[in-house]
Amino acid sequence: MVLSVVALVSALGVVLSKNPVTSVLCLIVTFFTIAGHYIMMNAQFLAVVHIIVYAGAIMVLFLYVLMLMNLNAELEPQKRNWLKYAGAISGGALLVVLVAALRDASMPALSTNATDIGLIKNLGMILFKQYVVPFEVSSILFLSAMIGAVVIGKKE
Amino acid sequence: MTLLSIDWFFIIEKVLLISGVLVLSLVVAMYSTWGERKVAAWIQDRLGPNRAGFMGLLQPLADGGKLFFKEEIIPTNSNRFLFILGPSIAMLVACMTSAVIPWGDSLVIAGRTVSLQIADVNIGILFIFGVVSMGVYGIMIGGWASNNKYSLLASVRAASQIISYELPMGLALIALLMLTGSLSLKDIVEQQRHGLWNVVYQPLGFFIFLVCAFAECNRAPFDLPEAENELNGGYHLEYSSMKLGFFLFAEYINMFISSALISTMYFGGYAFPYMDKLGLDPNMVTILGFLALFVKTLLFIFFFMWVRWTVPRFRYDQLMRLGWKVMIPLALVNMLITGALVLARQH
Repeated sequence: MVLSVVALVSALGVVLSKNPVTSVLCLIVTFFTIAGHYIMMNAQFLAVVHIIVYAGAIMVLFLYVLMLMNLNAELEPQKRNWLKYAGAISGGALLVVLVAALRDASMPALSTNATDIGLIKNLGMILFKQYVVPFEVSSILFLSAMIGAVVIGKKE
Repeated sequence: MTLLSIDWFFIIEKVLLISGVLVLSLVVAMYSTWGERKVAAWIQDRLGPNRAGFMGLLQPLADGGKLFFKEEIIPTNSNRFLFILGPSIAMLVACMTSAVIPWGDSLVIAGRTVSLQIADVNIGILFIFGVVSMGVYGIMIGGWASNNKYSLLASVRAASQIISYELPMGLALIALLMLTGSLSLKDIVEQQRHGLWNVVYQPLGFFIFLVCAFAECNRAPFDLPEAENELNGGYHLEYSSMKLGFFLFAEYINMFISSALISTMYFGGYAFPYMDKLGLDPNMVTILGFLALFVKTLLFIFFFMWVRWTVPRFRYDQLMRLGWKVMIPLALVNMLITGALVLARQH
């Protein structure tokens, strides 16, 4: 409960704060609260990997770029009015679509008794026995993304 | 003693253990500053601190007192909240890792088995990895919030250095995990207790991990973020008083914890040769095991200092080249060989 409140408040902070660095710091707090939720669901591996990958690596790079660019609220270009209207309309349209899609979706209540599926041993067994093909396909996807990044970086 | 369906002995035990480990790491960090100066003096053929107390043993206390009583300056154009947050994160993160290190086997006190490990989670190594990757935030936030270009440069250096050296560190750990088959540090130590130490199986992995530990602790020869002759002091340039002290202290705690971690993973942790054949009381063996771990840790701390006063600092491009073009390929080769050997042994 407390975790969810903190998650929501910090997520709002990401959107509402004027300073980009504060936004990123709020996003890091959000990631931590999400990791907290994973721990509550007894998925320790997922929680730790979430922290290592998102909070530990990706957000550090975000922060790195923002600190180098040194953006300020004053330097930000003023947005035109029609841009604001367009943004509001498209955001509203997305909301309508989402509500329409989720209205009929069945939401099975989460079982409250603890499962051991999130522990690393069970997770590894399932990942490498039942879902080995999707796992390998996603690893190829990552490899291609990496190669693409190197190619773009080398182009100069 | 069960009250309100809470096992109070359990809570008392854990609180005592946590305070014990915390005090231990603080005291070790404090005396590492003294040890560092003595080692430096010894290597450079000087005397080192010898005024405060016998052999200068009161010097850390004098330094700490000085830091506490110094004037606290917060730069006008800095972000006040983040400026204070930086050293706090650095200190907090440094103290968190000790939770999953098994400081010894279990003691039996009044019929109750007390494990000398605060939390035996099944993802022990990953927990440490996650917490270590948080450590960079303290430096980055502190450096950025100071609103000083040298501090900013230092924090940018720190971030890219730590990310670059986390990768080979993780790869070296994967090779170790293939051998042990467990992420729990307790299991890893127990396996070494009944077999050979992991450094015998993983000499290359140990070497890679050691180098990366140097880089992660910002110790020389990887102390680019605090290269005083280029950056005028580094990320803690604008800090004064105890906030500076926290940054410096966090570095020494990190050094202590990584030494303990290296001893645990590669040098048997609290296991020492013939520990099960001495015929002593189990409690006695546990205490001896703790002392063994402590001695191993101190040896590694000495090694950290020895390297600092022997090897000159890298240039930044050399550091990056070493990380990406030497350490990562080496770690990958190590992983491949280990995997092949593990597979061959299974068949």
